[in-house]
Amino acid sequence: MEQDTRAFQRIYTKLFQLTKATISLRATGVGNEELAIVDGRPAQVVKIIDDIVTLQVFQGTEGIATDAEVVFAGTAPVLKVGDDLTGRFFDAFGRPMEGSREIMGKETEIGAPSVNPVRRKQPSEFIPTGIAGIDLNNSLVTGQKIPFFADPDQPFNQVMAMVALRAKADKIILAGMGLTNDDYLFFKNVFDNAGALDRIVGFINTTENPPVERLLVPDMALSAAEYFAVEKNEKVLVLLTDMTLYSDALSIVSNRMDQIPSKDSMPGSLYSDLAKLYEKAVQFPDGGSITIVAVTTLSGGDITHAIPDNTGYITEGQLFLRKDTDIGKVIVDPFRSLSRLKQLVIGKKTREDHPQVMNAAVRLYADAANAKTKLENGFDLTDYDERTLEFAKAYSEKLLAIDVNIEMEEMLETAYLLFAKYFSPEEVGMKQEYVVKYWKKN
Amino acid sequence: MNTKGKITGIIANLVIVETEGRVAQNEICYIKHGQERLMSEVIKILGKKAYIQVFESTRGLKVGTEVEFAGHMLEVALGPGILSKNFDGLQNDLNKMEGIFLKRGEYTNPLDLENEYEFKPLAKKGDTAQAGDWLGEVTENWIPHKIMVPFKFNGQYKVKSIEKKGKFKIEDTIAVFTDADGKDHKVSMIQKWPVKLPVKAYKNKPRPFKIFETGIRVIDTLNPMAEGGTGFIPGPFGSGKTVLQHNLSKNAEADLVVIAACGERANEVVEIFTEFPELDDPRSGRKLMERTTIIANTSNMPVAAREASVYTAMTIAEYYRAMGLRVILLADSTSRWAQALREMSNRMEELPGPDGYPMDLPAIISNFYSRAGFVYLNNGKTGSITFIGTVSPAGGNLKEPVTESTKKAARCFYALSQQRADSKRYPAIDSIESYSKYLEYPEIVEYLNENIDSKWTDNVHFAKDTLLRGKETFEQINILGDDGVPIDYHIIHWKAELIDFVILQQDAFDKTDASSSFERQSHMLKKVVDTCKMDFEFDEFEEVSAYFKKVINLYKQMNYSEFKSDDFVKFEKAVEKTLKERRVDKTEDKETFDEEKKPETKKSEEQKEEQK
Repeated sequence: MEQDTRAFQRIYTKLFQLTKATISLRATGVGNEELAIVDGRPAQVVKIIDDIVTLQVFQGTEGIATDAEVVFAGTAPVLKVGDDLTGRFFDAFGRPMEGSREIMGKETEIGAPSVNPVRRKQPSEFIPTGIAGIDLNNSLVTGQKIPFFADPDQPFNQVMAMVALRAKADKIILAGMGLTNDDYLFFKNVFDNAGALDRIVGFINTTENPPVERLLVPDMALSAAEYFAVEKNEKVLVLLTDMTLYSDALSIVSNRMDQIPSKDSMPGSLYSDLAKLYEKAVQFPDGGSITIVAVTTLSGGDITHAIPDNTGYITEGQLFLRKDTDIGKVIVDPFRSLSRLKQLVIGKKTREDHPQVMNAAVRLYADAANAKTKLENGFDLTDYDERTLEFAKAYSEKLLAIDVNIEMEEMLETAYLLFAKYFSPEEVGMKQEYVVKYWKKN
Repeated sequence: MNTKGKITGIIANLVIVETEGRVAQNEICYIKHGQERLMSEVIKILGKKAYIQVFESTRGLKVGTEVEFAGHMLEVALGPGILSKNFDGLQNDLNKMEGIFLKRGEYTNPLDLENEYEFKPLAKKGDTAQAGDWLGEVTENWIPHKIMVPFKFNGQYKVKSIEKKGKFKIEDTIAVFTDADGKDHKVSMIQKWPVKLPVKAYKNKPRPFKIFETGIRVIDTLNPMAEGGTGFIPGPFGSGKTVLQHNLSKNAEADLVVIAACGERANEVVEIFTEFPELDDPRSGRKLMERTTIIANTSNMPVAAREASVYTAMTIAEYYRAMGLRVILLADSTSRWAQALREMSNRMEELPGPDGYPMDLPAIISNFYSRAGFVYLNNGKTGSITFIGTVSPAGGNLKEPVTESTKKAARCFYALSQQRADSKRYPAIDSIESYSKYLEYPEIVEYLNENIDSKWTDNVHFAKDTLLRGKETFEQINILGDDGVPIDYHIIHWKAELIDFVILQQDAFDKTDASSSFERQSHMLKKVVDTCKMDFEFDEFEEVSAYFKKVINLYKQMNYSEFKSDDFVKFEKAVEKTLKERRVDKTEDKETFDEEKKPETKKSEEQKEEQK
């Protein structure tokens, strides 16, 4: 709005302070969080004291001279939203990658206000993925936000792509932060091969780009998501990978702004910063929804680190990937994974006995873990212990492994088959009525 | 004439304003950004510079923008119509806001000015009155809402005139008071109160002496809450804090529920919005929403308003307490509020305390907790605020500043354990780590033994001891191996498991099991304690777990059945039968079981049989 009324854009050329990521100059009439171009590089206002304006230069300040040209854009960062976004990949500033043509659409400020909580609808739509470790134990729901907690060596991007393609979303928006070029190409190929490119929008910051640029990527992706979910009433799935690298970029910036770091050198505002993104997940009353599946890489499985810890408090559960050495496959860990919204669909959108089957199986799997500890400590196992161990192996193989791809009903049937094979109904301890109705007699 | 000022600096949501006159600490002011007026609060004054925290996004703000000071602190409007409302942290009515997205600078009236209420006077002309005295009454939903002498009134006043019974809008004058100096004051059904100050319009605040029923066994039975008491629930993520709080709000024995959703997930608030209007209030038979007020400042809403949200909630609770009601106040989570304080303290470049939190954090927290309590009002009636807050300790480590500060302030500690959550033993309250100081209050012990069962506290302590012994023996079993310990060890372990599965664990999602009355809890505790006191004989340790699993399973079926229903009695009989299979009657113990308890339960069963 405002820039249209300006007759000309004033060019500043006197920078008096430069750090690795920020520059300061004297300027007036500048708005907080306003976008600017410093020596051809995008930058954003982060602090104003009297007429001294401090800007954060996303690409870093290498080579910028004290007489570099600074032009203010008059608005916060914007994205042009429209159907034209579909099937394309963009950089952190919303510019088309690989030199393709400019997009047409309405300019929207990114990082827009939040949804009024009373205008949200309670999520209630089950998202089947075919992966029993998710569907059976940690069912996903539209409007949910959930990250994969995984060590860097685990195939989280592959699993995420699989979930995205099977989830029957109208749009899949990929926000790649610090993605390796290989992984970027992997996503592109997978979506291409699945014939899903017409449903994809990508905002990509690869390891080749400056890290601070990443900070814009999720806001870009979520602004696009809001467009499709609000204007088009579409079911949008947003993939954020990897949020640990995003948080690292936050800490770089706060460090350069001389802020007092809190736990694990992260900024004290990490919780709010992450919540602002994740809370964009929403179910709208008119059918549109934004579901967020993210990745938070861990270091050695440590979830007490500030990044996974704050994430856990924000997201509606987490999915843990772990290699099960008994079967030599990656499984969705039933103990440490959790989907908080599953209660809204299990036994309601799925079969009535689903919650009990899920709990019983996990409890028996826990018994197996105890038996295993016993075994490792050199103690004799009871007959029950032996049976739990065999059950655990079969359960892992047939249900928890990420290569499982079956329908919900079949998951439940499989669980009953395993129960009946190794246990008596008393040992499984389910509601009598379900035992009568569904228990498989051998 | 209100003071004006101009912006001279912006650092995130901290704005520096050059003022032209008098400003006060914590004074509210508005930034005039184009058509928008952005609400802010003064948090520091240095010479002519006022440092203000903006309750909104500061995007686009410019140096030189005008700021207008309001001349008062952050206040809430108190009057009929608060119930069933969904407010944000600044008491804006969220339902009145237009559009899907929150608009910056949009503030809505918390109350409905057009609504008419049937007013019934309780005071008469010539009465002397002081702050908090009941002037009259209107009906709000089904609650008798007292119209009170404004809390801001200082000293003794005389009622000069008061309206007769009739319909009034909340802004209409309903009474005129004369103060000691002969000055007249008009009073309507609305009054305002600054949220940061406690409402002190009561006679005294005794030690809590009544028990507060929550329907949650692990709380009521093992670590009871007192009416007007304080408690907190720390726990790592995924340990069930929020489910527990929701359950408390649904089942607790309160007239009113005030929920402050402070910096937490929006979908959790939506769950309340969606479910509460549908849920029946087990106590009044009406809908739960009719006695609930929600203050929602979710994690994506402006950070500065988080602090305001808990104070707003507390002030609303205090208002209803002054009407002689029992209020339960739940805040989820106080850690987010502390983090908001930390962000601001950081921006103001204050010297940080532990983990970067402000140095006065413990004082702020204990100050807040002290506003809860059971009170005798000036008219002799009683009211209470029972406050339970959650804490989200970073990394699940309870040795962090927010948890430690809260531990000093709250009397009940409900520790959620990750281990219990992992093995799906919900609610994941670790009964050994948790405590309730109220269980040590002689007045509470007396209350329990008189009102529930004369042996109640003995049974509770017995259950606690059994759990502790069970934990110890289980550790032994793990070290020495199943066959490396006497069979008795297995029996002790499984007796503790019995208490765990039947008393501690409770299915919040099962219609029947979700809430358990004291009568039912007393019945079950007696049963389970009796079972634990029995002697059993086994030849092999393998038999112990198989047998106890059977017993536990039957007891659990009792929990799933309606109290004293046919199913309940059926499973109870099955328990008895199973217990007989293995029980050894030691003659010397016979007395305790057979004479004291057995005949009683048998008799009641026979009675039930006859009824059929």
